[in-house]
Amino acid sequence: MYTEKVMEHFKNPRNMGEIPDADGVGTVGNPVCGDLMTIYIKVKDNHLEDIKFKTFGCGSAIATSSMITELAKGKTLEEGMKISRANVADSLGGLPPVKMHCSNLAADALHAAIEDYYKRQKEAKK
Amino acid sequence: MLLSETEMSTPAKHVYMDHAAGRPVDPRAVEAMLPYMQSSYGNPSSLHTLGQEAKHALEEARTRISDLINAEKKETIIFTSGATESNNLAIKGVAYRNKDRGTRIITSSIEHMSVVNTCKFLTTKGFESVFLPVDMYGFLNLESLETALTDKTVLVTIVYANGEIGTIQPVQEISKIVHNKNAYLHVDATATCGQVPIDVKNDGVDLLTISSNDMYGPKGVGALYIKEGIRLEPLLHGGGQERGLRSGTENVPGIVGFGKAAEIAKKETPAESARLTKIRDRFIDGLLKPIPYSFLNGHPTKRLPDNVSVRYSFIEGESMLLSLDMRGVFASSGSACTAKTLEPSHVLLAIGLKHEEAHGSLMFTLGRQTTEEDVDYAASLMPDIVKRLRAISPLTPKELNK
Repeated sequence: MYTEKVMEHFKNPRNMGEIPDADGVGTVGNPVCGDLMTIYIKVKDNHLEDIKFKTFGCGSAIATSSMITELAKGKTLEEGMKISRANVADSLGGLPPVKMHCSNLAADALHAAIEDYYKRQKEAKK
Repeated sequence: MLLSETEMSTPAKHVYMDHAAGRPVDPRAVEAMLPYMQSSYGNPSSLHTLGQEAKHALEEARTRISDLINAEKKETIIFTSGATESNNLAIKGVAYRNKDRGTRIITSSIEHMSVVNTCKFLTTKGFESVFLPVDMYGFLNLESLETALTDKTVLVTIVYANGEIGTIQPVQEISKIVHNKNAYLHVDATATCGQVPIDVKNDGVDLLTISSNDMYGPKGVGALYIKEGIRLEPLLHGGGQERGLRSGTENVPGIVGFGKAAEIAKKETPAESARLTKIRDRFIDGLLKPIPYSFLNGHPTKRLPDNVSVRYSFIEGESMLLSLDMRGVFASSGSACTAKTLEPSHVLLAIGLKHEEAHGSLMFTLGRQTTEEDVDYAASLMPDIVKRLRAISPLTPKELNK
């Protein structure tokens, strides 16, 4: 059902955990649907210096969370915003069609975390 | 959270705990089937010797199924392609044939999809389908059954024991209530027949669905018991086989294997049920005791001997299944993520679980090959699997991750 890459990320998720003093936090999904993801980011000089995740969900939910942290780490915020759901799925060698919608939320979570960072910056300037 | 090298490598052990999804065919049934594919391949409708050999085997199998459920005579058994067809034939057959008497059908909220979707389909054909609630164990609410039964009710269709949570319904009590109102009672015994002795006369059942593979016969065969005197509209029209109720040349090898499986089940069910019940309870203890926030789905004692359904808070079923699979244990889950739909199991929601609780459910179904050693091994894996996934989950309370 899953590619080797998906299973590898499921078995050994990268960057799993929380960042207590994160600069931005994004949560998407809903436990009711069986998928909930939180992405934590640390920003330095407009770059994603550190990124971590926590996920409740199926194998592909965990694998996509892990994959997005690899794709995003070290990138600029603008580059981070450009990482799409399709990029994540492609980097994992594809996902089963039924998982494309419900369990491929990692890009949304990253975007929410970056937006949360922008919002916090704006509020700090006020 | 890295897994060690030994955990990553292909497991040597294979423990199959998904018997509700598919069972191995008993070698004695396989042996009984072989001649009907290779030498006695005649059509039971043919007059010649080869045809009559097949006919004889067909009728012998019918007797064996009839004996297993203590039916009044073998002619009450109609062979079908499996439980889905039997459920369709029972429900649509009774509904269409008795349309003049009434158009109301009553069922429960924990039925198999072949009952759920048949009842829903009939609502598009002028029938009314009522889905009754169950309690937290999955028992049908008998008061709501009495209230729902009107003079227009022609059929009540209830699962004998739901295959996902294992809860065995009080069929005799249900039968009394249904017959008081002169409706027919169809019981889906797919997961039950072969696990628990069934007596259609004693239970007061009018129609009973039976599956071959669920009692270690081949897949693609089933039966419907139809009490003498009850008339149905057939689903399949053709050559008039099976008393005109199921046209099409009979699947003789499959039916012979089914018959042999029924004969074996009749002999071996009492001892096997007792053995499995002991292993089942040991397994439930092993799965729940060492892990906080873990629960049993269904009733602790009034359940199928082969069914173990549990749930773990804060984590999701498919990720548990994958983790078990990596260690050689094959199970099933109540989560939508393993199915074609996004909703979790309607059965788990019907017993009052929240969506996230239903998503965190695991189902193990044991079989004749399951040993005490197998369940101990599977149970021994769960603490680490649950701990790892809870560490990844944002829902886990902080104190649990310490």
